[in-house]
Amino acid sequence: MDAFSQLLNGFAVALTPMNLLWCLVGTTLGTAIGVLPGLGPALTIALLLPITFKVEPTAAFILFAGIYYGAMYGGSTTSILLNTPGESATIVTALEGHKMARNGRAGAALATAAIGSFVAGTIGTLGITFLAPVVVDWALKFGPADYFSLMVFAFVTVSAVLGSSAVRGLATLFFGIWLGLIGVDLQTGQARFTFGLPELLDGINVVVVAVGLFAVGETLYVASRYRFGKDEIIPLSGSLWMTLEEWKRSWKPWLRGAAIGFPIGAMPAGGAEIPTFLSYYVEKKLSSKPQEFGKGAIEGVAGPEAANNASAAGVLVPMLTLGLPTSATAAIMLSAFQSYGINPGPLLLQSQPQLVWGLIASLFIGNVMLLVLNLPLIAIWVKLLQIPAPLLYAGILVFATIGTYGITQSPVDLILLYLIGGIGYLMRRYDFPAAPVIIGMILGPLAEQNFRQAMTISAGDWTVFFTRPLSATILALAALALFGPKLYQLAMRPKPDHVPGDA
Amino acid sequence: MTSSSQEDGPVRPRPPIGETIIGAGVLVLAIVMFWQTMSIPVSPIYAKVGPTVVPMMTATALGLLGVLLLIDAWQGGWQPEEEKTVKPDRAALLWITAGLVLNVLLIGSAGFTIASIILFVCVARGFGSKAIVRDALIGAAFALIAYFGFATTLGINIGSGWLESAIEQVIGVEGS
Repeated sequence: MDAFSQLLNGFAVALTPMNLLWCLVGTTLGTAIGVLPGLGPALTIALLLPITFKVEPTAAFILFAGIYYGAMYGGSTTSILLNTPGESATIVTALEGHKMARNGRAGAALATAAIGSFVAGTIGTLGITFLAPVVVDWALKFGPADYFSLMVFAFVTVSAVLGSSAVRGLATLFFGIWLGLIGVDLQTGQARFTFGLPELLDGINVVVVAVGLFAVGETLYVASRYRFGKDEIIPLSGSLWMTLEEWKRSWKPWLRGAAIGFPIGAMPAGGAEIPTFLSYYVEKKLSSKPQEFGKGAIEGVAGPEAANNASAAGVLVPMLTLGLPTSATAAIMLSAFQSYGINPGPLLLQSQPQLVWGLIASLFIGNVMLLVLNLPLIAIWVKLLQIPAPLLYAGILVFATIGTYGITQSPVDLILLYLIGGIGYLMRRYDFPAAPVIIGMILGPLAEQNFRQAMTISAGDWTVFFTRPLSATILALAALALFGPKLYQLAMRPKPDHVPGDA
Repeated sequence: MTSSSQEDGPVRPRPPIGETIIGAGVLVLAIVMFWQTMSIPVSPIYAKVGPTVVPMMTATALGLLGVLLLIDAWQGGWQPEEEKTVKPDRAALLWITAGLVLNVLLIGSAGFTIASIILFVCVARGFGSKAIVRDALIGAAFALIAYFGFATTLGINIGSGWLESAIEQVIGVEGS
């Protein structure tokens, strides 16, 4: 059990008082931003990136991972009490959870969400512990061509397969890749797409883009429709102690949710929405009381919440072992690694065992902290929901400005931030996904690097991507993921389209 | 579509102008990228996989996607029904935009705190708050805490103006 002894060493790192404190700060902050509408983990970690200049990597990643896990817990509270899913991954939780809260069973809904998150988060973290070394062994055989193909596959799945439209997903992905290309080409020293602005020679900071899309764009979007429909907070009702029947109805969905969420999260495709929807569907099928679904069935909270947290753990596997982020938050974490000069990838586990195993151990500890933070202390978080929207969003924008302007004190960055915010608003309004922009921006330059290495090794022979069996297989899978659904639709369409009427 | 849907079907609420503009915008961006990529000099050593290969691929892809978006737009657009029925609150957007523009203009000259207070008040106004004095006070407290928090914990000096310098002198905190 090599992984096991490594993990014990990790606990030695994570249990030092300083690292425990970082973990506590991270999980508390993560819960808070998860609870607050309009703030998410990608935005928060982006705003905290300057911390990488001050603290050592292990502490920074323990903090970031705490925020990442904490936001998943906090988001469910908002979904249940406010019916405003903080994140797309908690949409399903709102379906049944909010109904339960309306029926006076908010306590049970919050409890099954928190305990389910704990169970699935712990199973997911165990999954990382044992899967990561396996993936590393396999990934060490990868050449640049295989890496490039794997990135192409991730590009296709995160943008084209998971969203509502392949065209819009790919458009935002390539927009992100373009943003990532801006600046000096490190291999030749040529400036690209800088429009003659010296400020752009170093490239656009990912903080500017993430904060622009997730803070400025989101605020504009919420403001544009704020006067329509006010949210009503349902007061905390019902005991937090679940009844025996509620336990009986929850434990199987937790385990099934974890079993669905982790593998999907760990695939180099990622996405937390699909596992939650899948888990909801499975629970509805298997439930002995399917008639309760839509009216507040506890299985419909327990399963998707577990799936959501297990897939969040799964996403860390390709991030740590392949350097392949499949969510906006993972992409920002990857840029934190870059800021330390560390390259996540198969060699990370050997070169930085303290960091990786300390991080994984802190995830176990963080899960315990989060269970305490989110059950006995839930009343504190409910208070956060009472912050008036004008003050909350005004604060978010002031903070966004600090986070951006503070790094460089360049007005160009501030103008870019607001321009990207405007683009983010339009993207929200016209149903473009935002995560592919961040993923494209971080992963695009890495893909280019691997592409050029592969082409240099093959002396400019383009067929290298199709003659290496591994690379060819991955590219074939990517093509299948991109065109498969369309072909399937064409084949399975006997009847004409529904004419939408507004009767 | 069948003829019956044209007779008794509802009149399309509005032409998909927004979608058309977005599609055209993506296409224009692709063209600008092509033109910019052409101007990158390529040394013969790197001729095979020089600095222009991936930009060219990106521009081509974006151009293609722009065309596909335009086709989607002309076929009626893609905005979800729910979005179409909501008319964005122009006044709210204007207030926030005004706050952002004033912030950019003032942050260099008047300092971070003053610019932040104005941004804070404008955004709160956009969200319907009418208590300007209260918002300004909360904004000031928020901005000052953030300013000194960043300055002391992360060692980041966000643009200081006369207000920050005055406070630093009074309480003797080092700003940088």
